[in-house]
Amino acid sequence: MTSPNKVTNKVTNKVQTDSPAATSEPPALGGGVEVRLVDLRRTYGTVHALDGLSLDLQPGELVALLGPSGCGKTTALRALAGLEELDSGTVMVDGKDITRVSAHRRNMGMVFQAYSLFPNMTARDNVAYGLRLRKTAAAARRKRADELLELVGLGTHATRYPHQLSGGQQQRVALARALAIAPQVLLLDEPLSALDAKVRAQLRDEIRRVQREVGTTTLFVTHDQEEALAMADRVGVMSAGQLQQIAPPAELYERPRTAFVAEFVGLTNRVPGTVDDGRVRVLGTDLPLLEGSVTTGAATVLVRPEAVEVAPDDDGNGRVVAPTYLGSLGRVEIRMHDDSVVLAQVTSHQATELTPGTPVRVTVRPTPVLAIAP
Amino acid sequence: MTDMLAPAPAQTRPTGPATRRGAGRRLSAYLGVVPFLAFVTVFLLWPTYIVVTGAFQDDQGQFTMSNVEAVLSGPAYLDSFLVSIALSLVTAALGAVFGALLAWAVAEGRPDGLLRRCVVAASGVLAQFGGVMLAFAFLATFGFNGFITLLLADTLGIDPLSGGGWIYGFAGLAVVYTYFQIPLMLIVFLPALEGLKPQWREASDSLGGSGWAYWRHVGGPILSPSFAGAALLLFANAFSAYATAAALISQGSPLAPLQIRSALTSETVLGQANVGKALALGMVIVVAVVMTLYALLQRRTSKWLR
Repeated sequence: MTSPNKVTNKVTNKVQTDSPAATSEPPALGGGVEVRLVDLRRTYGTVHALDGLSLDLQPGELVALLGPSGCGKTTALRALAGLEELDSGTVMVDGKDITRVSAHRRNMGMVFQAYSLFPNMTARDNVAYGLRLRKTAAAARRKRADELLELVGLGTHATRYPHQLSGGQQQRVALARALAIAPQVLLLDEPLSALDAKVRAQLRDEIRRVQREVGTTTLFVTHDQEEALAMADRVGVMSAGQLQQIAPPAELYERPRTAFVAEFVGLTNRVPGTVDDGRVRVLGTDLPLLEGSVTTGAATVLVRPEAVEVAPDDDGNGRVVAPTYLGSLGRVEIRMHDDSVVLAQVTSHQATELTPGTPVRVTVRPTPVLAIAP
Repeated sequence: MTDMLAPAPAQTRPTGPATRRGAGRRLSAYLGVVPFLAFVTVFLLWPTYIVVTGAFQDDQGQFTMSNVEAVLSGPAYLDSFLVSIALSLVTAALGAVFGALLAWAVAEGRPDGLLRRCVVAASGVLAQFGGVMLAFAFLATFGFNGFITLLLADTLGIDPLSGGGWIYGFAGLAVVYTYFQIPLMLIVFLPALEGLKPQWREASDSLGGSGWAYWRHVGGPILSPSFAGAALLLFANAFSAYATAAALISQGSPLAPLQIRSALTSETVLGQANVGKALALGMVIVVAVVMTLYALLQRRTSKWLR
């Protein structure tokens, strides 16, 4: 496999324009451009797939769109690719309005969920396909295809057909094919969802490494929060065609702005509390409030399991219902005296000690929380 | 450490109840295909055996090459093969092109649409509509006393058969055969068209390919083995058709199947049964070659459309 440095040496900031012209050399890899989606709207019957979506991607940035099925994330990606017509809105790439430009003139590389390799072509021919359309000389496109297959770790699989490759290998070839044309924007449409867990984790790191090396602005769509948090520079959470919040992974997790974001990204307890004077009292502890919280009165407070502390206490405020041992850590389900249920993240050692029925005292670490109307 | 150097224990076959259960499962699996094997034996292998052996026997059951020599040296026999092959080629080509276009139109429509359901159901019926029924339908429509013929004569004074009864010759057979070839093509080719994944088109688009580029480099090459295979199937279908031609053509035997009929039933030339078997052997060879090519093409394309 080619070393990262070797590949980086080939990267320049030159960006391929949208018109495929006859050339003997393939366009230079790499270089990111700014992408702006402005007030995109798309309706199917009564369903608003995109409901005023606006999103900016900085040059070279990898943004993940995360959300449940039907939230509009794939529609947004396909609209950027030119594969989906919009009712209204503007798509800008590198300062140019490409809303009405057809898909094959947008110069975007796309990796689909699965089964997108051309089955009648070898891995090398698949990768070289876009260059062939651009009339790149045969020797040059073969060289580029081999370089990219090396980059994704499949240098020895160039002559294999898709049906001779595993699912993970096929997706690597699809990534190489998308990058071969030196796209202005790379679009990843749940490229890992059809793979098993181990391959998924491996390929996730691989895609991120390659994207960093070539520096292409990338929009990545997934319903897997772990993937989104692990890969993206920023993660946008979508619901009902709208962007709920977009932020770097840590900020999104630690400072969610809406209950939907808090509950969709990671695990969250809903605990009753009382808001007063910019703070909320939960399980006997005063906590600072996050932006977007209610300002006064009774509230439901969204508390992460890792912010919940548990200690055995005969005079405590709850009782263990079910401990779960997860290897490196554990989780404990606790029924509080007011009959609410709280999930706490504990060490794996604690998980083995806190047997069902153990009386415990539950407290919350003083981290900022989101309090919503009960 | 001696264990490491010790020879690996010999692999032994499990014995006892587990083995007997496995054998029982295998036996029941084989029993399941017995009806199929019986059918193939009675209706394919046994008739083929009779044809192949009969082609090399005289009336007394003695080995002879005279039947095959008679076929190879008889101009009428060779002409009938040439006409059969030409008719099969023409109708396979017409059926393949028009059937593929129709299948493409159906595949572009909604999968659960009314048009699709109607066309597919009608094709299933029409593909099997050959034989005497179809011949009669055409005669009643375009024959000397056919509805259209009489209508044109009565209303416009035109006699479409004034130049001869085209419907009773090669052109007529080609039209009638094409009538059942087109729906057969639709049935055979539609699954291949539906096997084209939308992602291939979208991937081609995103890589800069126009519609033409997609069909030239991806869609066309993927479909071409299926198209050729379906065309071969149509060829075999036309080549082996008998009843339609027999009902339509009462004078002469321009096709190989009609020559076989003459050899078996002629009241003027007796004792030609084994020549008929030699003719049938020729047809078996042609169809076997065609079906072998079909199977090879199917094997290739099935990997792509999996």
